[in-house]
Amino acid sequence: MSTNRNFRTCPSTGLVFHEPAEKLMIWNAVVGVVCLLIGGLLAIGVVLTRWQTVHWLSPDRFYQVLTGHGINMLVFWIIFFEMAVLYFASSTLLRSRLATPKMAWAGFWLMVLGALLNNYAVLRGDSSVMFTAYAPMGAHPIFYLGLILFAVGALIGCFVFLGTLVVAKAERTYQGSIPLVTFGALTACIIAIFTIASGAIILIPTFLWSVGLVPQIDSLMYKTIFWAFGHSSQQINVAAHISVWYAIAAIVFGAKPMSEKVSRTAFFLYILFLQLASAHHLLADPGLTSYWKIFNTSYAMYLAVLASMVHGLTVPGAIELAQRKKGYSNGLFEWLRKAPWGNPVFSGMFISLVGFGFLGGISGVIMGVEQINLIIHNTIYVPGHFHATVVVGTTLAFMSLTYFLIPVLFRREVAFPGLAKWQPYLFGLGMSAVAVFLMGAGTLGVPRRHWDISFAGSAFAYEFPGAAWLMMALGSIAGLIAIAGGGAYLLITVYSVFLGKRIETPGFAYVRARDGMAPSAAPVAAAITSHGQSAGFSAPGTFVLAMVFLVTFALYYFVNWKYLSTVWPLS
Amino acid sequence: MSISPVTERLWWKTPMDREEAIWVTIAFVWCLFMFFMMPYWHVFGKQNLAHAAVKTNAEAYMNKANAMVEKYKVREETDQKIPVVRPPADSDVYLVARLWSWWPILELEAGKTYKIHLMSMDWLHGFSLQPENINIQVHPGYDHAVTMTPTQKGSFAIICNEYCGVNHHTMISRIYVK
Repeated sequence: MSTNRNFRTCPSTGLVFHEPAEKLMIWNAVVGVVCLLIGGLLAIGVVLTRWQTVHWLSPDRFYQVLTGHGINMLVFWIIFFEMAVLYFASSTLLRSRLATPKMAWAGFWLMVLGALLNNYAVLRGDSSVMFTAYAPMGAHPIFYLGLILFAVGALIGCFVFLGTLVVAKAERTYQGSIPLVTFGALTACIIAIFTIASGAIILIPTFLWSVGLVPQIDSLMYKTIFWAFGHSSQQINVAAHISVWYAIAAIVFGAKPMSEKVSRTAFFLYILFLQLASAHHLLADPGLTSYWKIFNTSYAMYLAVLASMVHGLTVPGAIELAQRKKGYSNGLFEWLRKAPWGNPVFSGMFISLVGFGFLGGISGVIMGVEQINLIIHNTIYVPGHFHATVVVGTTLAFMSLTYFLIPVLFRREVAFPGLAKWQPYLFGLGMSAVAVFLMGAGTLGVPRRHWDISFAGSAFAYEFPGAAWLMMALGSIAGLIAIAGGGAYLLITVYSVFLGKRIETPGFAYVRARDGMAPSAAPVAAAITSHGQSAGFSAPGTFVLAMVFLVTFALYYFVNWKYLSTVWPLS
Repeated sequence: MSISPVTERLWWKTPMDREEAIWVTIAFVWCLFMFFMMPYWHVFGKQNLAHAAVKTNAEAYMNKANAMVEKYKVREETDQKIPVVRPPADSDVYLVARLWSWWPILELEAGKTYKIHLMSMDWLHGFSLQPENINIQVHPGYDHAVTMTPTQKGSFAIICNEYCGVNHHTMISRIYVK
């Protein structure tokens, strides 16, 4: 049995860290940031090539770089960081020892090996198949092998998380129910297990096909199951970054959820319905009925969308309540005006919330309408959408959490505080502009994953409208701004973690606690957990923001139906 | 706080805030509305996919396409001598997608309806009609018949918008509407 039972209490936050869990969090976060660096460097190539005036890389290099950019960002950076979030949400928030740290390390090294192998395959140049790797277009076997090993490693991490929940419950490290943030992380973990199982079901046969042991892979079967992996992996992110929003609301404002019931039910709806979204990628495909498409693309009557709309109200609502309690209760929006906009932990989280909802959420639902998808499918509108969800939503939420973790987990001061103050704005607003311009260009038909929209040297010519060219150029400029914001994040985090000023606590020592137990917490004053029963609205400002969101949503929804109704009749 | 355990055992019995209840109701109604828009459009809208797809193979599909080209060819274009076909209204039109071209070129009549079949000979391709911006996935082995009615005259481009290898961006063709 492991003898390592050391815990330490963070002097500023009172959080309790289990030493092995702490090391795992640090390493997962660090490797995640390395993947972000690789993906970010590759982003420069993508941006400067799709900006037609610059048109930097050759076609084969461009497709190779785009493949590496997609996989490092969508898969490696985010999932490494999510492992750190899972360990934080279980071991730290529940004040429990981490279950089987050795298995967690095995999972971590499998993930590292998988990421290295996959990147090696792409670097070879014979695996420029994009993140999707649609069979029968084939990559080198190492490409699939890398993804499979990475997925197995992540699966081990998920089970360590679940094991830690069991340990914490058995050893009574907490009383009552698990915190909302842990509940959200559990949601992410359950979705992750579904996702990884789907990945195994499709990637293992595809790997066997690539080495010649399986005669063929049906393209429609591949695409259907692949997206149960590919899209669901983005749903892990949704559950994870919403948990991070709740966590930051609690960390910065001491906010309580408006009601536990509503927020937890919303997470529960994610577990039930969010994985149906693989249909979003199959709406313009043959061989599937409209019944299947409508049920799945709408997550069974949009029940997962309902859940996201609920979180969209309850996260800022919780902040509003906490702020009003502190006395910022004038008018509708004093609570928001007086929020700490210079604190990157908050500003990043809030930009993430607004960008995810207004840009990513609305566009995602609209392109997921069975018929409207016909005027959006595979245009650059799609990358526009997911740069709003995965980058402004997930990545920015994780970045803002990092500013909290640097002092608490790494025990260093955040370096370059002036730059850190601006970083979320540079990155978040730059990336939001990328999303908007790409969606605009996609509405005009510009295809995604395309080296040359001028079609120079092709048998036929087609000229996109000038507005499309302009938007691609503006999107690229915004992309460079966002890359600068990403670079600032990397500079701040890497410098802080390795060279930053150590936070010394007088008399600091790890506490060797009784087996399996964290030092007992100081008694918490009994707190009310509900704000109900009040006659009026307790968070009117948030409610107004939610109505603005709904009106924007509805207007844009009908504009797209109108646009669809003007194209050639199809049946 | 959201990061600390809930100490009351019956947290699911705590009442909702009023704006939470109102917002959940509004959002749910909106979700139902959006859901029923899709079946509604199948009945009353004009832009739908019928999902008339059959499994077949490249050879059988190519035979049908060759027969059609032989019957309705009106001329050839470009130095690659790509045939231009002018099929009659309501007929089956076979469009072949392959690395890295669309074959043949179609000449259609505005206001008439055609049953356009889409299939790939090799990898996935994307039928993207510009500037109409109609986008349909093209699979190998699935003959997908889409009934289309061009509404205005002119020269339209078909570009490939599913990444299909290093010359993906050169895969472009025409539909003429007279």
